[in-house]
Amino acid sequence: MGLEDLSHNFLTGQLEELVKWARRSSVWPATFGLACCAIEMMAAGAADFDLARFGMEVFRASPRQADLMIVAGRVSQKMSPVLRQVYDQMMEPKWVISMGVCASTGGMFNNYAIVQGVDQIVPVDVYAPGCPPNPQTLMHSILTLHEKIRTGEITRRRAEGRGAGIHLDEEGAPTPGWVQPLARPVHVATPK
Amino acid sequence: MSGLLPSFFGGFKVTLRQVLEPRVTHEYPKEKQPKPPRIHGRHVLNRYEDGMEKCIGCELCAAVCPADCIYVRGKDNPPDAPVSPGERYGFVYEINFLRCIHCDMCVEACPTEAITESKMFEFSFVSRADAIYTREELLVDDDGLPQHLPWEDWREGEDQHTSGWMRATSPAGSAEYEGRVQWSGELGYGVRPPEGGQSGKRDDEATGNISVRAVERTKIPRRAGGKVI
Repeated sequence: MGLEDLSHNFLTGQLEELVKWARRSSVWPATFGLACCAIEMMAAGAADFDLARFGMEVFRASPRQADLMIVAGRVSQKMSPVLRQVYDQMMEPKWVISMGVCASTGGMFNNYAIVQGVDQIVPVDVYAPGCPPNPQTLMHSILTLHEKIRTGEITRRRAEGRGAGIHLDEEGAPTPGWVQPLARPVHVATPK
Repeated sequence: MSGLLPSFFGGFKVTLRQVLEPRVTHEYPKEKQPKPPRIHGRHVLNRYEDGMEKCIGCELCAAVCPADCIYVRGKDNPPDAPVSPGERYGFVYEINFLRCIHCDMCVEACPTEAITESKMFEFSFVSRADAIYTREELLVDDDGLPQHLPWEDWREGEDQHTSGWMRATSPAGSAEYEGRVQWSGELGYGVRPPEGGQSGKRDDEATGNISVRAVERTKIPRRAGGKVI
C-alpha cells in the first residue's frame, strides 16, 4: 500500500506488478464456515479439488494471518458482529468472497434472523452463487478474485441505467433510448 | 533410539506410498469434472423451433419459487408480431441468481417447458446487480443454445442438452420403468436416450455415459470425455 499514490516510473510500475503477483499467488483464506457451504469449502481444500494449486491451502484460524475471508453460509444477526470483528482483525490488503446465496442475499431465508446479504456488514469482492456452490463455483470465484487482484480494478458490467428492472416505464414499455445491450463491457475474464 | 527411528519415520511411509497412487485432483481451470445429466445449473428460457418464445407469462414459476428469486410480468402479445404462441408472453423475466437455490421447482411448474436448467454452474459475480439475469440474457439464441455470458465458464459442448428436462415425478427408480425415456424432447436434439435404472444399465453407445456401478471410479477415463453418472 502506498504505491498507488506514486506517479509511476518503470521501477515502481514493475514493483507494483510484482506486489500484485505476490498477493495473488498466496491468498490465505480465513476459516469462516457457517453452514453447509463450509462443507463444499472444505471439499475445495481437500485432495479432489486442491486449493493448494492456487497457493491457498492454508486456511488460517487466526485472522491476522489471513488475506481472504470466505463467508460460507448464512449469517445470522447474532453472528454478524463476530463476522465484522474477524474482518476488522484481518490485515490489509484483505478480500471477501461471499459464498453461496445465503451469505450473498439471504437466499431462501428471507426472515428476521438472517442477514440479507453479508455486504451489509463487510465489503464483498466476489459473490459465488449456488446453494451451496460446489467447489468449481468457489474456484471460479477465487479465480475471479485473482483476476481482480491482478488487474486492480473493478469492472462494471453495464453502463448507467441499463440495470435489471429499471428499463421500464409505468406502462411497462421500455423507456425511450433503451436498447438491448449487445456489445458488453469488458468483464473480469475467466482464466483458462 | 533404535525403536524411535522407525516409529518416527514410519509416517513417511504412508506419504511415500501415496506418491505412487493415481492423482484424484480435478484440475478445474484446465478441465471440468464430468457432470451428471440431471444436475441443476443456470436457467435458460427456451424457444420453439420457429423462434417463438415458449414462455407465456403465466408466472407459475414465480409463484412456486421458494426463494422468491423469479420476477415475471406477462403482457398481451402484439397481434401483428406475437412473441409467443399463447395469448401472453413473458415481458419481463428476471432471475436473481444470488437468491436461486436451484431446486428446479420452476422447471417442474412450467406448463410449456419454457424454463429449464442448463448444466453450467461455474459463474461468479463481482456485484449484486450482475446476478440478476434479465430475459435477454436467459433466452437461448437462434440455434436453441444458451448464451455465453462473459462471467460464465462454458466449455466446448456444454451448451448442448439444455432444453430438455427430467420429469422428477416419474418413477425413475422403479425397475419396470427401466429403459423408458423420461426426458422431454429437446429443441434440435430430439429425445434423449433413456437413463439406466437400478440395474445400472446404460445406453453407452448412444450417450458415452459410463455407469459408476460397472466401472470403478479410478478407472474412469476422465480425460477421454467419458461422463460419470
